Amino acid sequence: MNPFTKFLSELQEVSLLIWRAVTAIFSRPRYFGETVRQMDLIGVGSLPIVLLTGFFTGGVLVLQTFPTLEYYSIQNEAGRSVATSLIRELGPVLAALMVSGRIGSAISAELGSMVVSQQIDAMRALGTDPIRKLVLPRLAALVFMLPLLTVAADIFGLIGGGVVASSLYNQDTSVFITSVRNGITTEDLIGGIIKPLFFGLIMGSVACHKGLSTSGGTAGVGRSVTNAVVTASIWVIVFDFFLSKALQIVLDIKRI
Amino acid sequence: MLSSEDQEIDPMVEEELAPSDLEDAVDEPDRILPAIEFRDVHLSFDDNKILDGVSFIVRKGETKLILGRSGGGKSTTIRLILGLLKPDSGQILIDGENITDYTEEQMAPVRHKIGMVFQEGALFDSLSVYDNVAYRLHEMRVDEAEVEREVRRMLHFVDLEDSIDMMPDELSGGMRRRVGIARALVGDPAIVLFDEPTAGLDPPTARTICELAIKLRDLQDVSSIFVTHEMNNVAYLASEYATVNEDGQVIFEKEGEKLCLINTEVIMFRDGRIIFSGSDESLRSSPDTYIQRFINGK
Repeated sequence: MNPFTKFLSELQEVSLLIWRAVTAIFSRPRYFGETVRQMDLIGVGSLPIVLLTGFFTGGVLVLQTFPTLEYYSIQNEAGRSVATSLIRELGPVLAALMVSGRIGSAISAELGSMVVSQQIDAMRALGTDPIRKLVLPRLAALVFMLPLLTVAADIFGLIGGGVVASSLYNQDTSVFITSVRNGITTEDLIGGIIKPLFFGLIMGSVACHKGLSTSGGTAGVGRSVTNAVVTASIWVIVFDFFLSKALQIVLDIKRI
Repeated sequence: MLSSEDQEIDPMVEEELAPSDLEDAVDEPDRILPAIEFRDVHLSFDDNKILDGVSFIVRKGETKLILGRSGGGKSTTIRLILGLLKPDSGQILIDGENITDYTEEQMAPVRHKIGMVFQEGALFDSLSVYDNVAYRLHEMRVDEAEVEREVRRMLHFVDLEDSIDMMPDELSGGMRRRVGIARALVGDPAIVLFDEPTAGLDPPTARTICELAIKLRDLQDVSSIFVTHEMNNVAYLASEYATVNEDGQVIFEKEGEKLCLINTEVIMFRDGRIIFSGSDESLRSSPDTYIQRFINGK
């Protein structure tokens, strides 16, 4: 099978997986308990790494841009610069990549292990649909929790930027906050929330698909995990470009 | 199902009903329907033929031993029965119901009639022994008191009541298989499928697993398929039967000159085809060199 055909085949399989998970929402049985458990695992469990990443990303943005802004005597716009970068772009993408590394790998490893140890077959033999029991709760948890994690990353990124601006460049905190408030628009916030919804769906479906299509024993599980993280990360970054363009058109985001 | 007649079963007529089946059929018309039936089933993965025109039946209360080397299509056969795979052509019937083209939703009630014992047990790692055995009942939202009663009954059957709170990683290989059997038996399925349940086990533990299969066949009238490549299993299952003595204890006895087991037959696969079908005695006396090499472990 040539790479393009393989790509199309995989795209079809992932789309079918999403479709089957979405249609499963409308009929019983539903696994709310499992969904809440996944939300805890994905949301609460990923919070420390997402906050840390957000904080230092905001900090390094100010660290790198402040001297340039100062050169043009517009250092008071440092807050705007950080807020725009974080909320529109870096917050959603970095949160997605961090969660993809942590949760995407965990999902594909867990499902892959269940496949090779015949637990998925056992589940089906016992009358349970693995899409309902395993895929839907994970997809729902990712789609619901990733926007919340992104907001948390954005907030900690702004705090990190403010700390660096005030401690290393002696900028007054109120100047930084005012600049942030002037820089953020409602469209930015909406766009920053919409993106992680799609990223969560992409990451979850890729990780579940890779896990469920595992073959070749324990070595196959390792391959699935690597493929899941790499594929999900690439899809997130590629999709981010097209989603950004679509949001610019839909939300009419034109100004800096 | 025991017959006092000393009879040699001709492989060519093994698909015909035994006289005792016809007697049973008068009282219970459903008994005349085979529990499982394969009609000219074909399955290939890419260019690799897995099953090539496989046909057989498993009667009610009968145990069919499927023998063959690895990759011969044995495990695929039972995955087809559960609807985990679909054949390229041919028909599969469960209790006379053609399930060949059933969807996952349509398969759900069929799977409730079937218990499956996987090779390594396939226990859910994150669930305790109790929750593993109770899995099907929890999915059906059965009252917890009833679930516990049923779980204890099943664990008693496999003699693992003391392990009820253990996790799968704390169990030995044999214990995992027995928990797998207990899980498969919840809901008293009429059909039980064993996929190499004794592979890699020491002989006494393998014997215990076979005894459980014999008890199911002789005391609970369960129809089963027992996939194996070990001749020891064939010797146990095709020549011993379970009965209850005067003290109410289950005992195992060997078939003798006046008592011949007719509810256990052997089929042998080779490269996706059935090359033998009949009694264990016919198998052992077969002139086929492949069969003789298999029996002698060569």
